Amino acid sequence: MNEAKKEMSASKLVQIGPKPEGTQKRFWRSLDEFEGAPAYQKGLKYEYPEGRVPKALTGGGGLTRRDILKLMGASAGLAGATACTKLPTEKIVPYVRQPEEFVPGIPVFFATAMPFMGVGSGMLVESHLGRPTKVEGNPGHPSSLGSMNLFGQASVLTLYDPDRSQVPSHFGRVATWEEFIAELGDHLADERSTGGTGLRILTGTISSPTLADQIQGLLKDFPRAIWHQYEPCGRDSVREGSRLAFGQYTNSVYHLEKADVILSLDSDFMFAEPGSVRYARDFASRRRMPDPGARTNRLYVAESGPSITGSLADHRLQVRSCDVEALARAIAAAVGVAGAGSSNPPAGVPADWINAVANDLKAHRGASLVVTGDIQPPAVHAVVHAMNEALGSADQTVTYTVPVEANATDETKSLKELVAAMDSGSVRTLIVMGVNPVYSAPADVPFLAAMQKVNFRVHLGIFHDETAAQCQWHIPEAHYLEAWGDVRGHDGTVSVVQPLISPLYGGKSMLEMVAILRGQTYASGHDMVRDYWQNQATAAHLPVAGNFEDFWETSLNNGTIAGTAYPARAGGAKAGAIPAAGSPAPEGMELVLRPSPSVWDGSWASNAWLQELPQPFSKLTWDNALLVNPANATQLGVKQADIVKVRVDGREIAAPVFVLPGQAANSLTLHLGYGRTVGAGSGTNVGANAYEIRTSEVPWIITGVSVVKTSETHHLVTTQNSHLIEQQGRYVDDEESEQAFDRQVVRVGTIEDFRRNPDFAQDPPEMSTRAPSLYPDYYDYRKGYQWGMSIDLNTCIGCNACVVACYAENNIAVVGKDEVDNGRDMQWIRVDTYYRGDINDPEMYNEPVTCMHCENAPCEYVCPVGATMHDDEGLNLMIYNRCVGTRYCSNNCPYKVRRFNFKLYSDWTTPSLFPLRNPDVTVRSRGVMEKCTYCVQRIRETEIIAEREERTINDGEILTACQQTCPTKAIVFGDINDLNSDVRKLKAQTRQFGLLRELNTRPRTTYLARLRNPNPEIKG
Amino acid sequence: MDPAENDKLTSTAVVETDEVLAPGHTYRSVSDRVSDMVLTWPVGYRWAAGLALALGLLFVLNVALGWVFTIGVGVWGINIPVGWGFAITNFVWWIGIGHAGTLISAFLLLMRQKWRTSINRFAEAMTIFAVACAGLFPLAHMGRPWLFYWMLPYPDTMGVWPQFRSPLVWDVFAVSTYLTVSLLFWYTGLLPDLATLRDRAKKRVTKMIYGIIALGWRGSAEHWSRYETCSLLLAGLSTPLVVSVHTVVSFDFTIAVIPGWHSTIFPPYFVAGAIYSGFAMVLTLAIPLRKYYHLEDFITMKHLDFMGKVMLATGLVVAYSYIMEAFMAFYSGNPYDRYMMMNRMTGPYAKVFWTLIFCNLIGPQVLWISKIRRNPWFLFAISLVVQTGMWLERFVIIVTSLHRDFLPSSWGMFYPTRWDWMTFLGTLGLFFTLFYLFIRFMPMIAIHELRDLVHKTEHEKAPAH
Repeated sequence: MNEAKKEMSASKLVQIGPKPEGTQKRFWRSLDEFEGAPAYQKGLKYEYPEGRVPKALTGGGGLTRRDILKLMGASAGLAGATACTKLPTEKIVPYVRQPEEFVPGIPVFFATAMPFMGVGSGMLVESHLGRPTKVEGNPGHPSSLGSMNLFGQASVLTLYDPDRSQVPSHFGRVATWEEFIAELGDHLADERSTGGTGLRILTGTISSPTLADQIQGLLKDFPRAIWHQYEPCGRDSVREGSRLAFGQYTNSVYHLEKADVILSLDSDFMFAEPGSVRYARDFASRRRMPDPGARTNRLYVAESGPSITGSLADHRLQVRSCDVEALARAIAAAVGVAGAGSSNPPAGVPADWINAVANDLKAHRGASLVVTGDIQPPAVHAVVHAMNEALGSADQTVTYTVPVEANATDETKSLKELVAAMDSGSVRTLIVMGVNPVYSAPADVPFLAAMQKVNFRVHLGIFHDETAAQCQWHIPEAHYLEAWGDVRGHDGTVSVVQPLISPLYGGKSMLEMVAILRGQTYASGHDMVRDYWQNQATAAHLPVAGNFEDFWETSLNNGTIAGTAYPARAGGAKAGAIPAAGSPAPEGMELVLRPSPSVWDGSWASNAWLQELPQPFSKLTWDNALLVNPANATQLGVKQADIVKVRVDGREIAAPVFVLPGQAANSLTLHLGYGRTVGAGSGTNVGANAYEIRTSEVPWIITGVSVVKTSETHHLVTTQNSHLIEQQGRYVDDEESEQAFDRQVVRVGTIEDFRRNPDFAQDPPEMSTRAPSLYPDYYDYRKGYQWGMSIDLNTCIGCNACVVACYAENNIAVVGKDEVDNGRDMQWIRVDTYYRGDINDPEMYNEPVTCMHCENAPCEYVCPVGATMHDDEGLNLMIYNRCVGTRYCSNNCPYKVRRFNFKLYSDWTTPSLFPLRNPDVTVRSRGVMEKCTYCVQRIRETEIIAEREERTINDGEILTACQQTCPTKAIVFGDINDLNSDVRKLKAQTRQFGLLRELNTRPRTTYLARLRNPNPEIKG
Repeated sequence: MDPAENDKLTSTAVVETDEVLAPGHTYRSVSDRVSDMVLTWPVGYRWAAGLALALGLLFVLNVALGWVFTIGVGVWGINIPVGWGFAITNFVWWIGIGHAGTLISAFLLLMRQKWRTSINRFAEAMTIFAVACAGLFPLAHMGRPWLFYWMLPYPDTMGVWPQFRSPLVWDVFAVSTYLTVSLLFWYTGLLPDLATLRDRAKKRVTKMIYGIIALGWRGSAEHWSRYETCSLLLAGLSTPLVVSVHTVVSFDFTIAVIPGWHSTIFPPYFVAGAIYSGFAMVLTLAIPLRKYYHLEDFITMKHLDFMGKVMLATGLVVAYSYIMEAFMAFYSGNPYDRYMMMNRMTGPYAKVFWTLIFCNLIGPQVLWISKIRRNPWFLFAISLVVQTGMWLERFVIIVTSLHRDFLPSSWGMFYPTRWDWMTFLGTLGLFFTLFYLFIRFMPMIAIHELRDLVHKTEHEKAPAH
């Protein structure tokens, strides 16, 4: 026994020693002690009491049978005696010092930002006792305005993803950070001697000022080292287009709230670009239409496949992506852009469409906007810049700034240079950070082969992915919620990325990694960011009021650094800069690669929430597929789920067919991001890897592809849209959509209809909304808070952000592909899609559906145990504890919004997922029904706060998770008894209608009808 | 009657007759014939083989339910929107089958129909076993079956009660009442026969067993008088139950808002359907029984003929309901009902629907022909067709109504899994296991009522004593 232990036991014995003088209560540990037996007293002095020395120490013969019996007797007595003994008083102190604002049960919000494609969107992250559980947008951040897209919402799951890489590994074996430092040190020492000739760094697009500063510092340390950037779904053509137009890389910032007429040329600006969340809000601000007289905007979209932006188009032109250039030039010529080249429109585009669009744009000079997408070639971007200039929109609806990227560059070229250098053997040390080029490099860039010639390869990443598997060293990267950093928003505004939790697996951020490369082994991310901004502040680059400490705290608190938005710089796109039109796009089939609306470029493939998300329009889950126009499918003789091979230039890819209305003729779409093979968790081996057919020359729009049918099929799983009606081998209709419009599930009118008859969306008078009911009203719904929701179909873009937000807020389980196929997906809110018109060129409508909280709810009266009940605030409650799982409520729900735990879907065994869960929401077990609760936990929390403060709840104080994240604010929740509440006002609009009101369900969730604003010049 | 003639009557010669009882039977001959079936050992190989098969299916049921209880109802093919699949189909089907027994014993007793005598006992047994099979499904289909007792109004410390507006709660009462009354009625009727068996048994153990369960029946006049009163009272109690149980079961559907469920025609339609399938089951059981146990002189052509007629009549009510349901769907102008009807007839389950129409509507029309009603094997085949049809009817009502309801976005399909099939076939095992044990250990025909019938037919023949 060591000294410390002896002391401890001695002091204990003093404390509880025998016969304390004059005390009534005595504490004792054995009968001998109680009796004060001399042997016991003696024993206190020795390590082993006499007679109890282990046999091994006495050389045998220590204990006799009698001793054993005595001991047994004593222990038996002791065992009985303990029951009536009070144990010594011990104090347990929970916190030595309780951290400020750290109250168990009350979440704390921290401002931070998530880099996505290198650009940040500000967020507020909810933290429960140090565990981030939910991401919200930061209302003060210009790229967010309080909303968040699905990737931001899903990022908390990535933080806790059980498939994250958890330890540094060396050739796939567990290693230590110190070993890595040591080995890296050797290699860097070599590099230092040559100025870093053999050192290359590869990252994604970086906008972080501090990280860029660190990397520049590194490049100073190693003057001949090179920093490469490659983002698989990057914006090379946007940059190149701006360089053509302006002579230098320029960042465009749109101001959609000012635009009356918008022309989108294959751009999904409301979903797939930096600033999309903001753009969607600005766009929607012109579509709220509180009354028929309100001014709205008009959106023209020309695109090859249905996009989120396209679904809101007033005129949507289906055109091959490769024809967009000709279309752009034709429109440009029509609006008077000199040098636009040929004005011949692509085949199949009616001339009057082009003229009508051009006239409309010209008629709204200065209030029109033309945008084009990341996948369009630079020439189209140059044309678009010239058009905006010609239309007087430059500096009005679009402003220009310096690039948001810290080091804007041609990334594809950068990657090719790196590969060439590696191939030539001149690269000795390669540090790959935050990207996965082995998976995502174009097929004609032999990254893997070249990389294997590099002597020392290091990969820093959140997952042990394809690239990690090919590197000697893999270091787990810190998630953005675990590390310090900073990032710029779409307009240049800088947010400090604050960690909410210390790295779960000891991961390192890129910033820390660069510091290590610079030899600053123990530099902390926090100090680097803070020091950088302190330098900036003192260098008077910032309007610093007061001292730096105040500035820093304000910046952290607000989530943005004031004054960092880039000022607009003069536009002046040169029309003459438009490259001459090349030969027209070849006839025949094109293949368009696009980032997946669920897993983007594949970096989100491990995220089960995103994998299970029904993709917009197709409603596919857990797969990607070759999206084919119905007429093309007939022509090719392929059916849903047939595997086909797409061939071009000797490369081919096999993928299953998905027949999708809204897809342009002769245009196939395949989403990137699938077919991951290593380290993508549940997303491993899901779908087809479209990178295999992608080249650096034609990264997006591949023309002249041939499609070869195979005899195989693949099991595709969707949550909707499997009812295309086939007649004589032709797809003629979509039964679901046909029925939906017959049943007036979606109500649509034109602005003209609306102005002529503001009540066009109302139910006919004979369909009374308050027909008598057999049962009495149990509550007086005219009193107190009465919760209700309004969903505006005129602004819903169907982006799925609400669905993912609901996952995070309500601990919704993921069920997997097979169970989705069985019809057992658990999402509480779904976005329904319906088509109207020609199946080959339809209008598309999104309709989010969630629990309607019917006042006269069909689910309630059929439950045999009263597990679903109404409360006096009009909420349809679900009492999980009481549910026995007869599923009658779901059968009787006309909206089919209830979800049942047919098996044990919630993960009760993976420890890393436990901290993810929202502690305010029950994690459901098997056999229980569940459904949207209007985020009752948020309602109750606010009610308690308001009650404590003796006040009523203000409008907007309670936001449901779907409402809070909705980029367009299409979802509004509140008290319908409050005359001034937004929801009350929305429900008073004449566009309001309730789903299936004729069933006398009296739904609390109602919709605002969709409006279309067609150009009368365009027929059909 | 001389002993030789008696031997002839107790022999196994086929005597087809048009009476409700073959002529020439005496009190002794009927008692011998019925009690011998129970008291004769060893058992026949056919019985043993049948029981073995039934036990095999019962084992399948155990496996299936074990898996359902372990993993959850997710092992079945049900989903959202089709929350009920095979389980409720089977429940309604079995409950329907369970209607014939009580109808025969109670309703026909009150109607003083003599022909019920030789079929009522096993029909009642069939009822009880069918209700037992039916009762399994509501339990097994629950998400958390261990909490089944929450459906009952028991004194809970938290003061929670079942939700009495729910038809599922009504079901619990209706079915449990029905089971209780049927069981009492059946057991009361068994008492005199159990005493007969006690008296005729040769082995002491057998005597004791039957003696105990005969509850001390001595056949005194007082016993008989109380027995008659009790029977009449129970018959009076059971008769409304025949109508009420399936009415309440039909409420499970009519109360809902779902097109295809929400219909006022369901209660009579369900009751008629239940009797239809119940009589089909009685025939399915009676025809092989009379063949293998040579009961042609007890279960006579007249019985088969009457049962065929009942099937025809109830089948016509069912047919009328089908037609009316379709007519109302179109006449009402309700787009959801119209679509539901069109979807049944032309949608993905159209084949099931048309098979059902053939089985329940078209096929049984041959029962108009008297020769067919008197051809046991033909009748047997029709009874199987009708039972299949009635099962499909419930499947169509449940699944085709749910799979495409109001919002097209939530449409889905139901495909049964192997566990669905195993649970269904397994209950057949349970039913036949119980039935095989019953025909071996209980008098499958009411001996005392047969004696009574002998008495009455003799009086009819020789009114002038």
